[in-house]
Amino acid sequence: MTTLALSGVAKSFGRVPVLRDVSLTVPAGTRMAVVGASGSGKSTLLRLIAGFEHADEGEIRLGDSMLTAPGRFVAAHRRGIGYVAQDGALFPHLTVEQNLRFGLPRRRRDPARVQEVMELASLDPALAGRYPHQLSGGQQQRVALARALAPRPAVILLDEPFSALDTGLREQTRQAVIDALEASGVTTVLVTHDHDEALSFGGQIAVIAGGRLVQSGPPAAVFDNPVSTEIAAFLGAAIVLPASFTGPDGAECALGRVPVRHDRSDGSPGGRLLIRPAQLGLSPANGTHNAVVEDVRPRGSHAELLLRTAGSAQVLIPLRVPAHEGPEYHAGMRVSVTVNGGGVLYPPD
Amino acid sequence: MAATDSLQTSRPGDAGAGADGGSRPPVALVVVAAVLAAVLLVPLGYVVSVVVDVGWGTLEPLIFRPRVGELLVNTVLLVVLGVPLTVLLGVGGAWLVERTTLPARRFWAVVLVAPLAIPAFVSSYGWASAVPSIHGLSGGLLVSVLAYYPLVYLPAMAAIRGLDPALEESARSLGLGSWAVFGRVVLPQLRLAVLGGGLIVALHLLAEYGAFAFIRFDTFTTAIVVQYQSTFAGPAAGALGVVLSALCLTLLVAEAGARGRARYARVGSGVARAAVPQRLGVLTPLVLLALTALGVAAVAVPLASVVRWLGRGGWGGAWSQPELPQALTQTVLLAGGGAVTAVLVALPLAWLTARHPGPLARLLEGTSYVAASLPAIIVALALVTVTLRILPGLYQTAFTVVLAYVMIFLPRAVVPLRSGIAQAPVALEEMARSLGYPPIVARLRVTLPLLVPSIAAGAALVGLGAANELTATLLLAPTGTRTLATQFWSQASAIDYPAAAPYALLLILLSVPAVALMFAQSRRRGAR
Repeated sequence: MTTLALSGVAKSFGRVPVLRDVSLTVPAGTRMAVVGASGSGKSTLLRLIAGFEHADEGEIRLGDSMLTAPGRFVAAHRRGIGYVAQDGALFPHLTVEQNLRFGLPRRRRDPARVQEVMELASLDPALAGRYPHQLSGGQQQRVALARALAPRPAVILLDEPFSALDTGLREQTRQAVIDALEASGVTTVLVTHDHDEALSFGGQIAVIAGGRLVQSGPPAAVFDNPVSTEIAAFLGAAIVLPASFTGPDGAECALGRVPVRHDRSDGSPGGRLLIRPAQLGLSPANGTHNAVVEDVRPRGSHAELLLRTAGSAQVLIPLRVPAHEGPEYHAGMRVSVTVNGGGVLYPPD
Repeated sequence: MAATDSLQTSRPGDAGAGADGGSRPPVALVVVAAVLAAVLLVPLGYVVSVVVDVGWGTLEPLIFRPRVGELLVNTVLLVVLGVPLTVLLGVGGAWLVERTTLPARRFWAVVLVAPLAIPAFVSSYGWASAVPSIHGLSGGLLVSVLAYYPLVYLPAMAAIRGLDPALEESARSLGLGSWAVFGRVVLPQLRLAVLGGGLIVALHLLAEYGAFAFIRFDTFTTAIVVQYQSTFAGPAAGALGVVLSALCLTLLVAEAGARGRARYARVGSGVARAAVPQRLGVLTPLVLLALTALGVAAVAVPLASVVRWLGRGGWGGAWSQPELPQALTQTVLLAGGGAVTAVLVALPLAWLTARHPGPLARLLEGTSYVAASLPAIIVALALVTVTLRILPGLYQTAFTVVLAYVMIFLPRAVVPLRSGIAQAPVALEEMARSLGYPPIVARLRVTLPLLVPSIAAGAALVGLGAANELTATLLLAPTGTRTLATQFWSQASAIDYPAAAPYALLLILLSVPAVALMFAQSRRRGAR
């Protein structure tokens, strides 16, 4: 288990800067998810760590070894870093067993190690003789992980390994992969554009946007206190309401007075308040109301309501209620919305 | 594998440092490709040097004379009439086989491609011995169209198999009838296949020697060979070569310009449905009759002639010629050498284009097409001149013959290799590197096995061409060399048809596996 540390890493393709001044530490034996939108530079970051690309600036260090620095570059095959590609990249001309043995040095081609990693990745031993095209997508990804784990790398890099899988299989494969990584205790970096995947991967999360690392920390902390409303919206459904800061522990918004959990307003008197839809409670108005139902859309397991806040700043709020509660609401109905817990206050736009 | 084990450093950009896979090609690869490209441009350089050395004053009277005008008319008429006929037969045949209710479609698919296994000069020999009066433009057209229409048929078949029937259904729903759909939707999508196939046919027509010499039809190529035989590589042969090269390069540029910028690949995701075949109905007997006539003319007549002459010579006698084993061995060695060398030469060019695409890669790869578009006679004249003047030790050696085969047939190796390399994901090599293998080993262990089918296809196609090559082999082969093609030519031009027959049959048999491979590849490409 080795700590991976990046410091001031930058990379451009031609004149297009892809990564700027990225510094990041992944402590030994932990899992970090790097999340960002398409084109944010997250895959390039992984390729720089793997040694498939050269950084223009900065350093990449693995434990005591400097992998990348000005005038120094350790080739990919000498880094001891495992890599799992988006589509698994299994060698099509080799069987599962041959794929798993591929990275083991000749003198250490112990059949027991192949069995061990197959067990680790929850792979049926009967699959050993099959070719990649004879496997399902989920099996292919687990073989790819097992292959990367087989030589006992210091770090494993996962490049959106679940994105090609359909929804059901994705969840199942993700859990199998997390279990295998947990059991092996290897330092891991996952890149993904899926916020749910990033937040549930465990350990640490790093958010990358426009080639810059904008925030990192434990998933719950980052989700709870995002640095901006844009990052908040990227990490999950977010409601941003105009608000005025009325005291050390409360802000006034269209839904009433809401406690401020984190203040990022830099002392400005007005601003925007972030709350998550899951914090909202809804009931038909009994006397006073603070929102009106605009639309009700049945969605099978739940119903989606679109609310418009009352008052001068009319803001649309999407909200989910259980399917059986959907018929209780109709367009034009006055409702009362309550906020559980506090919000995060940001300065005005 | 510990990360701290044996760390070694290298500079960014070093080939071994793992910079591959991006757009910047390793310097060594560019240097190798540039050297190969320079060698491939020798024939073009020869043409230019003829103009410069001999001077326009000498060339002008040699070019602007009645004999050249006559050859120009013959050659241009051959191309102008021959190419549309091959397109008609190739596209029509492909359409009938792939998109109609023609009975026994697989049988007809094989019959339509079969003439490719019969070298044009063998086909001409078959026709000349079956109909001795055959000669001139009509004879040249008959023989060459029957021999070369499969060069349009194969790409047209692949293109038709790849068409999305939803486009035709949409056109029908917009009110177009069957013919209108064919003309306005199907044909435009076949444009690239027809242009590409037509260009190859045109270049073959310009380069063909044996088929036309048999039936006494004079073209630039036959005239150059005659000139060469009487005056060696004199200015008259050079002048004719300049005109012939100009015709070839004009065709190459015209075809590139005619491709246009439209997109012909299927737009949309998922797999296209299979097309519903069109009913031939009452036309079925007529179509069957026409296809039978085509099969008889293109395959049965040459084969029957070969069999007839084999019988005439006595089955035992025909096969007991002492030169036969030597000719077979030397053909296999020379063609095999050409195939292996062509693959080795094609590899860096194809790698550069597939893995590091850009203007430089296109330019270097393009030299292989320019060289191959020049007729074999020009390549041979260039190599004769260069070896005599600069490298006399290489004059009339097996090395020069193999070099000529590489120049003439290189695109046949470059195209499948480029496609194979493009389909072998870079991610697999990266994966091997992340598992501890240096870049070269990663390529050998991961990419090379994936390229085996492409290498085999390229080698087979070059081998097929080289085994049937006549003109360059006649001029360049060491004294005493006998290939099946040169032996066949030697016997047939001495009107000893029975003695030529075994060579013809062996040439056909040698061609069958490569033609079968081309056929299978075209069907697969279309299906993809």
